[in-house]
Amino acid sequence: MGAPFFVNMEETVSIILFGVGFTMLLLHQNLIKKIMGMNIMDTAVYLFLAAKGYINGRMVPIVVDGVQDVSAYINPVPSGLVLTGIVVSVSTTALMLALTIRLYERYGSLDLDEILIRVKEEEMI
Amino acid sequence: MSRIRDNYEGSRWRKFRRWLDGEVDLLALGVEVSEPKEGPQPGPATQALPVPGPAKPLSAAARRHRYQKDNRGIRPFRKAYQLMSVALCLGIISVLLWTVSYLPAFGNAGNPDNNEVSARYIERGLQETGAVNIVTGMILDYRAFDTFGESCVLFIASCCVLVLLRIDATDGDKRSRKRLEEANDRLFEPKDDIILQKCACVMVPLILMFGIYIVLNGHLSPGGGFSGGAVLGSGLIFYLNAFGFEKTGRFFTERIYRRVTLCALTFYCLAKSYSFYTGANHLHSGIPLGVPGAILSSGLILPLNICVGLVVACTMYAFYTLFRKGGM
Repeated sequence: MGAPFFVNMEETVSIILFGVGFTMLLLHQNLIKKIMGMNIMDTAVYLFLAAKGYINGRMVPIVVDGVQDVSAYINPVPSGLVLTGIVVSVSTTALMLALTIRLYERYGSLDLDEILIRVKEEEMI
Repeated sequence: MSRIRDNYEGSRWRKFRRWLDGEVDLLALGVEVSEPKEGPQPGPATQALPVPGPAKPLSAAARRHRYQKDNRGIRPFRKAYQLMSVALCLGIISVLLWTVSYLPAFGNAGNPDNNEVSARYIERGLQETGAVNIVTGMILDYRAFDTFGESCVLFIASCCVLVLLRIDATDGDKRSRKRLEEANDRLFEPKDDIILQKCACVMVPLILMFGIYIVLNGHLSPGGGFSGGAVLGSGLIFYLNAFGFEKTGRFFTERIYRRVTLCALTFYCLAKSYSFYTGANHLHSGIPLGVPGAILSSGLILPLNICVGLVVACTMYAFYTLFRKGGM
């Protein structure tokens, strides 16, 4: 039963990390902790991509001694995709943190429920 | 609650809710006139709290009563919400794990993702791009527009953060002056910390040199514009922490940031457009590829790496200064 999960242990771990991040995103009311959960999800995606690119017993894709055989290097495509993912996650994290700062300045709280209650109060005036 | 629908007041759910709250009787549903509402006040939360007055449609007591009614179901709702979210996450994890159990084995060379695309990059990359580092050759030559998009994403993110967090000091507004005072955290930390400054004197040149090395050797060794730019940016942030805004403001102002970023992105766009144009039309681009392994080799990859590194370093530094002080 557990055999396929041990064969693909890296992928399994990344899926579990993804789930942990998603649970944080849903369960925590604190906006900063939600952003942390989002970052854990990002990390899980990097781990998954890096694991898909790896091939047993091969080197990083940097040409050494002019060897240009396919059987010498790992797959370079997922590495480039991880780079894209990192850049996008940095940008979204910065944007979310900036929005959180503005929300805190406006409503004096990081708790999502409290912010929603304040919004509702202001609407009712 | 993200945004209230335009016709929220007239929606069926709102009517039902009002009837449930006992605000309105069922017969008068269609003819009730809602009071003209004030817009949300642009002040801090303490100012915006409801003030009971004669002009308000509800008295404070009635409003409190309604809140109690509103909050009546919150506790069981939250319990149910937590249970449901845990169940949802477990469901997602189990579905994804089920998928993982069907994936091909880890690290196997015959997996379908190791197809002719990566084989082509590995076999012909050195001749076609001149870069020893195949990943750099891939992201800065074959797929350079993708990297251009990434740099633009970073630039746009820093612009958005600038819009959100910037405090205009010249603005005579009382609120912005108050925010500036609150953001001026130099008051609460030790000024001119001698240990930090001595450490910075030793470390900052090394960090900056290491960052420049990573950027310049992006086509020869692991690294490149993004990682080297992050190292450069962190060196700048370290310098700023040790010596304060007065020192860094001498060589890194907002105008410099804007010019450097804009020039780097424009050069990237023009250079890559040229090489794609000539490549697509089978013209001779006239860009020498050089000897693989030399620092001045692999055509456009080195200047593009420098551009990306500049953009990333400026963006990191801008993020830090904006989050800390609301300006550069």
